[in-house]
Amino acid sequence: MSVLPYLVAAWVFLAGCYGLAASRNLIHAVGCLSVCQAATYVLLLAVGYRDDATAPVYSDIEPGSRPVVDPVVQALALTDVVVGATVTALLLALVVQISKRHGTVDPDELSELRG
Amino acid sequence: MNRRFRLWLVAVGSAGLAALLVAACLELPDFGGAWHPYGDRAVRASLDRHTANTVASVNFDQRAFDTLGEMTILFAAVLGCVVLLRQTRDEHRARPEPADVEPPVRRYALIVLPVALLTGLYVIAHGQLSPGGGFQGGVVAATALHLLYLGADYRALERIRPVGLYEVGDAAAACAYLVLGLAGVLAGTAFLANTLLPYGTFNTLSSGGTVPLLNAAIGMEVACAVVVLLARFLDQAVEIEEESRA
Amino acid sequence: MADPVVVVALLLVAGSATLAVAVRDPVRQALVLSVLGVVLAVLFTVLQAPDVGLSQLAVGSAVTPLLLLLTVRKVRRRGQRKGRER
Repeated sequence: MSVLPYLVAAWVFLAGCYGLAASRNLIHAVGCLSVCQAATYVLLLAVGYRDDATAPVYSDIEPGSRPVVDPVVQALALTDVVVGATVTALLLALVVQISKRHGTVDPDELSELRG
Repeated sequence: MNRRFRLWLVAVGSAGLAALLVAACLELPDFGGAWHPYGDRAVRASLDRHTANTVASVNFDQRAFDTLGEMTILFAAVLGCVVLLRQTRDEHRARPEPADVEPPVRRYALIVLPVALLTGLYVIAHGQLSPGGGFQGGVVAATALHLLYLGADYRALERIRPVGLYEVGDAAAACAYLVLGLAGVLAGTAFLANTLLPYGTFNTLSSGGTVPLLNAAIGMEVACAVVVLLARFLDQAVEIEEESRA
Repeated sequence: MADPVVVVALLLVAGSATLAVAVRDPVRQALVLSVLGVVLAVLFTVLQAPDVGLSQLAVGSAVTPLLLLLTVRKVRRRGQRKGRER
């Protein structure tokens, strides 16, 4: 039972990878990539979790009175959530450009265009 | 490479990767275990510097250089979007017709807008005390502005949102972060070292040394970045049309 | 691992992620992704990470699906114009 969170992260990552490879639409592929990203957050936070601990915020608990979960992995995941969204936006901007230049967003048709 | 062959290749590769991932999962420390050496040290360092939210302390003090890197990625991604989604010569702008909005939608959006905006600013301001900070509050504040698009129409949104100003704000916030880092060097310590300001009283708004300032810079950066991104995408989706090549 | 809430949240995440990949239409995928964003925010809160939960809630349930939908609209609008000219 104690490995379930890690296995869920692995499953979500593999599902996203499959979606990326099998996608017929670049917009759909970008969505699958954000699923892959979500897997890394689940893994990071699962590594930092501690049983019967509380959030690492001391504004309303006395320091040292209770165990807290690992704040380092939370900081890693937190910045990546926001920065990842802007990178997703950059990829979508590329998709818009591709559809302007080539008139299609199907990766298979695009590779035929290249010859 | 045809499609069936590619899917076979993906299936074989995924099977191998899955086996490796499962083997790695079984070797990881148990979920919920009590052994967190980095976490314990980070909490101690954060309390030493009077920062109540240890996550903010990790982001803007102990790993501030890493956040500088993240901020650079964010800035570069926004710059890339602005360049890719600009209006090209063979495109023109078509003013969208003002659309009628259902009165309940309009009322709800206009009531929620100030509340959401204020929540965003509050979340930024209390980043070093309670859960939240520049990254989250910036996104909340920026999306709150776009409730105006729901409540009124696109023209009203454009009037309160001069995109050029937000682009300048984005760059200014990135500079502010760098300048705060360099101030540490000028003061004789290290880049982004949190030794410049007094640590203040624990659990008050001015505690944590430079953490609140870096947090505010990131808040402004993220808010401006999200506004600029959404503006560019809305422009493309609503306004900009290609010239029909007759 | 005594907490059933964590298990339920994890299974919900796995389910909605699988659905987000399986749905082929990008518009529906954007909606499923916003559900995934909310479920992830719940999981992060249960895992005692309110900071990450907050940012996931703002980004995953609003910004990313909105950007996806706007891109779909842009691409489809071009397709329609093309169809009319032909």
